[in-house]
Amino acid sequence: MRMAKYIKFLLVGVVFGIVMAKSEAFSWYRIQEMFRFHSFHMYGIIGTAVTLGILGVALIKRFGIRDFAGNPIVFHPKEKSLWRYLLGGTLFGLGWALSGACPGPMVVNIGYGYLTFFIVFLFAILGTFLYGVVKNKLPH
Amino acid sequence: MWSFIVNPWPWWFSGIVIVFVMFLLLYFGQSFGFSSNLRTICAMAGAGRISKFFDFDWKSQLWNIAFLVGAIIGGFIAKTWLSNGEPVKISDATIRTLAAYGFATPGGAQPDELFTWQAALTVKGFLVLALGGLLVGFGARYAGGCTSGHAISGLSNLQIPSLIAVIGFFAGGLLMTHVLFPLIFGIK
Repeated sequence: MRMAKYIKFLLVGVVFGIVMAKSEAFSWYRIQEMFRFHSFHMYGIIGTAVTLGILGVALIKRFGIRDFAGNPIVFHPKEKSLWRYLLGGTLFGLGWALSGACPGPMVVNIGYGYLTFFIVFLFAILGTFLYGVVKNKLPH
Repeated sequence: MWSFIVNPWPWWFSGIVIVFVMFLLLYFGQSFGFSSNLRTICAMAGAGRISKFFDFDWKSQLWNIAFLVGAIIGGFIAKTWLSNGEPVKISDATIRTLAAYGFATPGGAQPDELFTWQAALTVKGFLVLALGGLLVGFGARYAGGCTSGHAISGLSNLQIPSLIAVIGFFAGGLLMTHVLFPLIFGIK
């Protein structure tokens, strides 16, 4: 396996892990605070990222900016639907507020030394597996 | 400069770094979406024999697994070299509210009441972590993405489906926090 091409993704992951920890977005307390509307902190993080993200994506499209290999950067539109996003999103939110972590922060917590997040992460994998098993019976 | 790094990062700086991560992945020809890794791990473990949903070329997703490994290392680096060791400074209102449910004032990044082994290996403690993880993993794939894929990448690309998903994230989060949380943890 050619490891070299994966190194850059590993390094971007390191930056992601550091920002999740240093922003405190990986903290159960911060998620509680967000869902209780007690602080601007999490809304500021997401709002800043999305505002700059909208600007950047518009610029990429406007000027046809290419990636490092010279290929056009393409954005895949999400498939149009209502129920899968609303129902799936609601189930996700229930779990997010209970465990205090979405999938990325779960593994950042493991690296940070909160090893019990391994339980949360294993069950998240199991949850995805269950979805794959029952998906054809669900409204999408 | 160093004190800026080792203190908790302000929201605006954190937001800039997160969107920088998103654009770096686009520049490297991929896109920011963490929960896809959960599906990839199922596929790597052989779940393709049980459901077609996991029968795909997971090797094409190894870049994201490398990202996941990096995120674990990033957490370790943040804790070991970039931390001042102070507990999370959440608002007094949250501290007071959580105290009513038996949660002590934060002493770190996570509550001992949930994330020490002592707490996690009680029946109730284990069920809370397991159910939380299960809902996140199931919901993320049902919705086709998590906070990174929908709230950051999707909203940046003005995707209506992502907006619906984010509304769902908040509907679920508010329902858990304000309706189910009191039933699970009870006022002490």
